[in-house]
Amino acid sequence: MSALSLPEVSPRRRRTDRIMRGVMLAATLLALVPLVLVIFYLLKEGLGSINGAFFTQDPSGSFFGNVGGVRSAILGSVEIVLLATVIAVPIGIGVALYLTEYGTDSRFATVVRYFVDVMTGVPSIVFGLFIYISLVLSHVGGNFTAWKGSVALALLMLPIIIRSAEVVLLLVPASLREAALALGAPRWRIIRKVVLPTAAPGLVTGSLLAVARGMGETAPLLFTAAGASGLTFSLSQQMNSLPLQIYNDVLSPRSAIVSQAWAAGLTLVAMVLILNLIARAISRRSRVA
Amino acid sequence: MESSATPASGDRSGLERSSLSRLPDRALSWGLTSLAILILALIVFFFIRLIGESGSTFSTFGISFVFGNDWDVSRNIFHGAPLVVGTLITSGVALLIGVPVAVATALYLTELCPRRMRAPLSGLVDLLAAVPSVVYGLWGVFFLAPKLLPAEKWFANTFSFIPWIGGGGSSATPTNYFIASLVLAIMILPIVSAISREVLATVPAENKEAALALGATRWEMIRMAVLPYSRSGIVGGAMLGLGRALGETIAIVLLIGDAPVIGHHLFSQGYSLAAVIANEFGEAQGIHRSALFAAGLVLFVLTLLVNIIARAYVARGSRGMRVGASADLAMAAAESRS
Amino acid sequence: MIPSETRSKEPTMSTARGPVPDQEEAAPDLSAMGERRAGHGITVNGLNAYYGAQHAVKNVDIDFPANEVTAIIGPSGSGKSTVVRCINRMHEEIPGARAEGSIKLDELDVYDPGVDLTAVRRMIGMVFQKPNPFPTMSIFDNVAAGLRLTGTKSDNLRERVHRSLRAVGLWGEVKNRLNAPGIGLSGGQQQRLCIARTVAVEPEVILMDEPCSALDPIATLKVEELIDELKARYTIVIVTHNMQQAARVANSTVFMLDGEVVEHAPTNDIFTNPKDERTERYVTGKFG
Repeated sequence: MSALSLPEVSPRRRRTDRIMRGVMLAATLLALVPLVLVIFYLLKEGLGSINGAFFTQDPSGSFFGNVGGVRSAILGSVEIVLLATVIAVPIGIGVALYLTEYGTDSRFATVVRYFVDVMTGVPSIVFGLFIYISLVLSHVGGNFTAWKGSVALALLMLPIIIRSAEVVLLLVPASLREAALALGAPRWRIIRKVVLPTAAPGLVTGSLLAVARGMGETAPLLFTAAGASGLTFSLSQQMNSLPLQIYNDVLSPRSAIVSQAWAAGLTLVAMVLILNLIARAISRRSRVA
Repeated sequence: MESSATPASGDRSGLERSSLSRLPDRALSWGLTSLAILILALIVFFFIRLIGESGSTFSTFGISFVFGNDWDVSRNIFHGAPLVVGTLITSGVALLIGVPVAVATALYLTELCPRRMRAPLSGLVDLLAAVPSVVYGLWGVFFLAPKLLPAEKWFANTFSFIPWIGGGGSSATPTNYFIASLVLAIMILPIVSAISREVLATVPAENKEAALALGATRWEMIRMAVLPYSRSGIVGGAMLGLGRALGETIAIVLLIGDAPVIGHHLFSQGYSLAAVIANEFGEAQGIHRSALFAAGLVLFVLTLLVNIIARAYVARGSRGMRVGASADLAMAAAESRS
Repeated sequence: MIPSETRSKEPTMSTARGPVPDQEEAAPDLSAMGERRAGHGITVNGLNAYYGAQHAVKNVDIDFPANEVTAIIGPSGSGKSTVVRCINRMHEEIPGARAEGSIKLDELDVYDPGVDLTAVRRMIGMVFQKPNPFPTMSIFDNVAAGLRLTGTKSDNLRERVHRSLRAVGLWGEVKNRLNAPGIGLSGGQQQRLCIARTVAVEPEVILMDEPCSALDPIATLKVEELIDELKARYTIVIVTHNMQQAARVANSTVFMLDGEVVEHAPTNDIFTNPKDERTERYVTGKFG
């Protein structure tokens, strides 16, 4: 019997392996650097400007004196996104229900699915242009209004809601559906009593992610809700929003306004992050349950 | 039986078959179908309107709207090559920087990372997508651009012998193609990484085991069994990232310099399709506004093409699975698996 | 044993093959790999393996003699696959899995901290339950995959790939389409391709984890013939849930139950004269 010795693994192979592992770890850490830096600078530059007035006053818009706060921007963002959510969530879940319960594998459903997928890739600014052309240019209910901004954001959120809802609805066990169908229950009642309740947490998660996405969008609002730094609750007027406020402030030469932009950025990121975290918490809990 | 008028809600046994109880069902079916039709019709309608509004631009400038190099608002001349070139350059450089990092990140998270760290680290990478574009712009303008300017100048001067990459160092400004590309790279990283993670997760364990059982190291396993299997999915993910990069607006307006010229090197100012629309829309009238719509149309068609190609790749790469419809979704999916 | 007509009727075999394959080449031809050679045995001592909290293998001692085929039989969940996966340390690739005890290849401790994992796996090849050729690689590249790792090149590489394909009796069937994808072959051909991939790197031991469970009876017979040939050069451990298979190919057989070795004896004894009552009940089909 020949003496046994392990074959030599060449130093080059070992080295390559070690280097490539290192490269991949380094890339992962590198990817996190911008996140850390962005959050660090938002806190560093923004925290100082966050005070009572920041939340209770509107931007003064003046080049001298008090810069005011961003109350109108925060409230405007919330209003516009809320309306967008009210529009997009029912439609989105409706289309997803069509896809999973009625259309399934029909040719038309396939076309819808494809369009929805492609819609996710349409730049947000193009959605802004769409709404500008069809609603602003033709002066439907005034020129620039908050609700048109909401419609633009809703368009943007729709594909996200449809796709996530479809995924979640498909996860509802077929056995549940079939059990109800076997009892002769009509489909709409199965949807209402079985499918929607079972899928609810997932639907909420997908919607929240879409809301978080809409919250941070600036470009579509430029052409739709643009303008007014004052506070308004009327959705048929121009309305301020956080992203727009930041965008305008960045272009300002005044350092006090730039500081306000950082603070507004911090506020916006905090809102988006909170929405994201809630969405994840819900999806995690529902998976455990 | 068929004509029984028993109200649907009256009978909870669910065994009756009255046509009345089927009515809501049919209504729902029709309602949902027409909703789907409505969405399709809307998109088609928007597209046609966009073509209509940009019509006068194309009839005035023809094909040179895309290929001509002269964008002059004061003379009402709108030849958009500087925008198209700027869009392609920034997106291309963003891909060059972002995709390798994103794929390496995805490989680390799926193949190497200790299991306990996988979910939290993936979550952190995904958070990059939660930062709004305007905040990246803000951060880029006031932090990244000034901080990197000396390094850019040094680089441009040191490597001035490389055409286009080097040179022009002394004239470099804080806003330029490179800084816009860098921020774009950061912005597309989470999408590309999330989709790559999804695609990598579809690599069958038995292929990886086959490689390991042959005495492959981890890296050799990745090269032998993981990357070839997921190549087209990763290409698709990168293309979806490209789609994002092409249409990215606000951060680019703030960082590209907004100069309607074709820059002579990597560190010169330029413009992009999306940036010009956002920046000039406020005061645009007549043919100028139509030109901006035309820019939007070009951008729309460009992103549409890229997305259609990307989807074909992703579908092939994931063997029939539908992944990566959007960053958020890919992330939600990646998250729910971890 | 198998009529040649049957052989050429394998379902997915290309119809556009060149000349009719000559039968000498279609049969496994181990002499292609060189002379019979003395192999190395494996000694498992006090092996315990876990999946998280689950204790899958309990205090197992087995000797796998050199140049013999040892079969491990037992009902599913008895830990037989886990034992085999511990031998080439594939077990630890499963998250949360760990193993304790000693496994020696002759005098070499496989679990020695100084031992290189990749070297161990190169010495101890493995064939899996489901044929798993690399889906993106051609037939040739599949067999060459392991060789390329160590930098075997050009003529030498081609020579060894061809030899391995001859050794598993696949040469005649694929010699005209070496660049076709490996997954285009039938299940049985794929499994023999995987065996060719394993023997190409010339390991000392070949582990087979239910290699025929995904194959039809004819393909199974071919693989069994091949196993019988392979023991001239290799020490073989085969996990199977098919007792007839163990009876056909193995010199000795191990019966495992609930993570423990119940009995290890020459195959004949296990099936005709088992010492343990549980073995008898299993081999006579009273449970399992």
